[in-house]
Amino acid sequence: MSLDFSKPIPLFEGKVSLSQLDDAIAAPMEKPDNTRFLMAMGVCSILLAIGGASLFQLLRYGTGSWGLNSPVFWGWAIVNFVFWVGIGHAGTLISAILFLMRQKWRNSIARFAEAMTIFAVITALTFPLLHTGRPWLAHYLLPYPNERAMWVNFRSPLLWDVFAVSTYFTVSLVFWYVGLIPDFATMRDRTKHKIKKFVYSLFSLGWRHSNRHWQHYERTYLILAGLATPLVLSVHSIVSFDFAVSLIPGWHTTIFPPYFVAGAIFSGFAMVVTVLVVVRVVYKLEHIITLDTLERMNKVIMATGLMVGYAYGMEFFIAWYSGVEAEQYVFLNRAFGPYAWAYWIMITCNVVIPQLFWFRQVRRSVGLMFVISIFVNIGMWFERFVITVTSLHRDFLPSSWGYYSPTIWDVGLYIGSFGVFFTGVVLFARFMPVIAMAELKAVAPGAQPTHHHGGHHE
Amino acid sequence: MSNRKLHSITALFDTPDSIMHAAEAVRDAGYQKFDVNTPYPLHGMDDAMGLKPTLLPFTTLFFGLTGLAIAVGFQWYTSGDSIGAISGTTLGLPYWLERYPLVIGGKPLFSLPAFVPVMFELTVLLAALGTVACLIAIFCKLPANGHPLHDSRYMEATSCDRFGLCIEASDPLFDEAKVKAFLEKLGGKDIELIYEAPKLQISPVSTMGFVTVLAVIAIGASGKTWFIYNIMLYQAPWTWMDIQPKAKPQAEMAYLPSGLAMLPPVPGTVARNFMPYAYSSQPEKAGEMLSNPYPKTSESLAKGKTLYNIHCSVCHGYQASGDGRLKGQFPNPPSLHSEKSKNWNDGQFFHVITEGQNVMSGYAKHISVEDRWHIVNYIRALQRALDAKETDLQ
Repeated sequence: MSLDFSKPIPLFEGKVSLSQLDDAIAAPMEKPDNTRFLMAMGVCSILLAIGGASLFQLLRYGTGSWGLNSPVFWGWAIVNFVFWVGIGHAGTLISAILFLMRQKWRNSIARFAEAMTIFAVITALTFPLLHTGRPWLAHYLLPYPNERAMWVNFRSPLLWDVFAVSTYFTVSLVFWYVGLIPDFATMRDRTKHKIKKFVYSLFSLGWRHSNRHWQHYERTYLILAGLATPLVLSVHSIVSFDFAVSLIPGWHTTIFPPYFVAGAIFSGFAMVVTVLVVVRVVYKLEHIITLDTLERMNKVIMATGLMVGYAYGMEFFIAWYSGVEAEQYVFLNRAFGPYAWAYWIMITCNVVIPQLFWFRQVRRSVGLMFVISIFVNIGMWFERFVITVTSLHRDFLPSSWGYYSPTIWDVGLYIGSFGVFFTGVVLFARFMPVIAMAELKAVAPGAQPTHHHGGHHE
Repeated sequence: MSNRKLHSITALFDTPDSIMHAAEAVRDAGYQKFDVNTPYPLHGMDDAMGLKPTLLPFTTLFFGLTGLAIAVGFQWYTSGDSIGAISGTTLGLPYWLERYPLVIGGKPLFSLPAFVPVMFELTVLLAALGTVACLIAIFCKLPANGHPLHDSRYMEATSCDRFGLCIEASDPLFDEAKVKAFLEKLGGKDIELIYEAPKLQISPVSTMGFVTVLAVIAIGASGKTWFIYNIMLYQAPWTWMDIQPKAKPQAEMAYLPSGLAMLPPVPGTVARNFMPYAYSSQPEKAGEMLSNPYPKTSESLAKGKTLYNIHCSVCHGYQASGDGRLKGQFPNPPSLHSEKSKNWNDGQFFHVITEGQNVMSGYAKHISVEDRWHIVNYIRALQRALDAKETDLQ
């Protein structure tokens, strides 16, 4: 194996002109494969129907139809919430943090990852709303002047969560839309279809690709990236506060914020790989979303997987080192108690399986990375399950120990959540440019002037 | 075409280098109202065009600080002590302006560390939204779908893969022939004249079709909302979670000995603070044996007053003179200022509160032993108030 590390890895395979890039990205919108689209929508509708039936059951009978009972009152709904919010993190990481780090390979995947963020956060938001028991009163979560003369409790992590997740959703959506404006303009100028032209004109806001606008636009993008970076780190930290600020052994841990953020990036990148591996083949974008890009994603997955593995080990060490009996018991109980099966699924999927990415052949094998990325997300779901349920089911008072198992309605809602997420993804992939055209063209070979004027512009 | 006003003259260039060179030349020739349209931002173009640095970051700073200030002020205000408690007055604040002081874990009402997450989130939220709003509305003056450049060959080319330069007719140096020659000299291709869009006779917003579409959407949306909230949500099987697989206390449950879902306490159960009464039906003995363990302190009297006003004043009246608010509906209780009552000792009062007397029922289940003694103390104070001794005045 002879690799030349002195040369930058090319961003594209083969030679592509700017208009060819446009054509390749616009093709799925202009010459859609409606059979495949309808098949995908059909599968999503089945998932949505299962979710809808479970939702109906929930709204009619309340959260009692879930498997919740003393002592475990945080079950699958909370697990699913943390799972989906975590998946959302990859998008902002790719679009904001990698942008600030000038990682040009991000340009081919940023748009799709951002879209996945939006849909993942929407999916995630449904769970705490349903978990309130009476979702039609969910506006009580917001501080607004009300007839009860009451205000929310600003010292509660659950309230921080309301602010964090809704801010995250709003800023991600705005960030995504700002990125889409020039592409809508390009699509507007490409299409001859009257209705499409109207819609694209509406969303492009009459963007003219004027440099007098690009000047402010680029700065806005930089500022948004700068704002989104601490935001993305704060969101999962605050989600982890929901657990860490309580006094339950197994939850009351200072390592939670960084550990949750690493886990979120881990699962988010895995989900992006899972989806992109399919999309690049279906849309024939292999020369733009290259194997090199996927390999880099896999490296990030492995790195964050190692961080998560470190956190698992460190939790055990601190439990022993603290000398707190309840804490020590909880961790032994996690690994060897009634939920040991979940714990070892988590360890296998999150720590053991990603080690395969040490091998270059595995990192560059599309089939293997697809399988591994799915295993990672299974593992990350179980991580949230282990944290939430095993800590609750046996706390300080042995007389109130119990064993939690979900009902069919829990499972139904979880399946439905995939329906919500993938419906969004499929619609997005059908009607919007899945790759940021303007951003991608800017890093194409020969796209920038050869001479620089007035200092360093990069 | 000829009767329409010229907006600008445009030229297209094929490479990034040639457009940079052209932009510099136009800048150096002294033109002010010109623009470069490129499918993506070109590095160094701002300098080539002679643009000043953008002021946009200041809007971010402004909105971020606004968000921070709102978060601090809002959390301080809503979590603080009520205005009345601070000023010692009963200010007539509207209910929605009332503050809500919650003590959590013994923290101060203004607990800054716990307020940091919301401060951070609101700072980011307002900064991001404000920046983007200013970018669109102020810095780029969008939406501008009516701009003359739209739907030209020039626009189509620059949004794909070519680089365009456009000099506007409103520039003071503008001269049609000169500009054309200048652009050709710079190597510009496909020179196109862009004319102002014809003034529309009526705004598209006021056309019948558009208004009809709006009306249909408005009626449809409000009708659907009305139907969902007023009709659909009250149809079976929707029960607002009224039907739940759980037992409510008063619900029937045949297989339990009580016949109800709730279970009566085990016989002999004694609730806290409700020890069985030793002198049942023996008022004289109670008077002899019981002595008031609570001195007549101001705290005891204050508690006694509250409890007396709740439980006793309904019949006995606020002054214990037997003129309660239920006067006429029940046989009036005698005044507690009679000689007989004055000569009773504390134990006898305690007995009557506990067990009742004549039509009065006992309050043993409602008022704890301690509280009964506080009431007795308060009754004593009421009696003394109408029968003050000369020494009380000193």
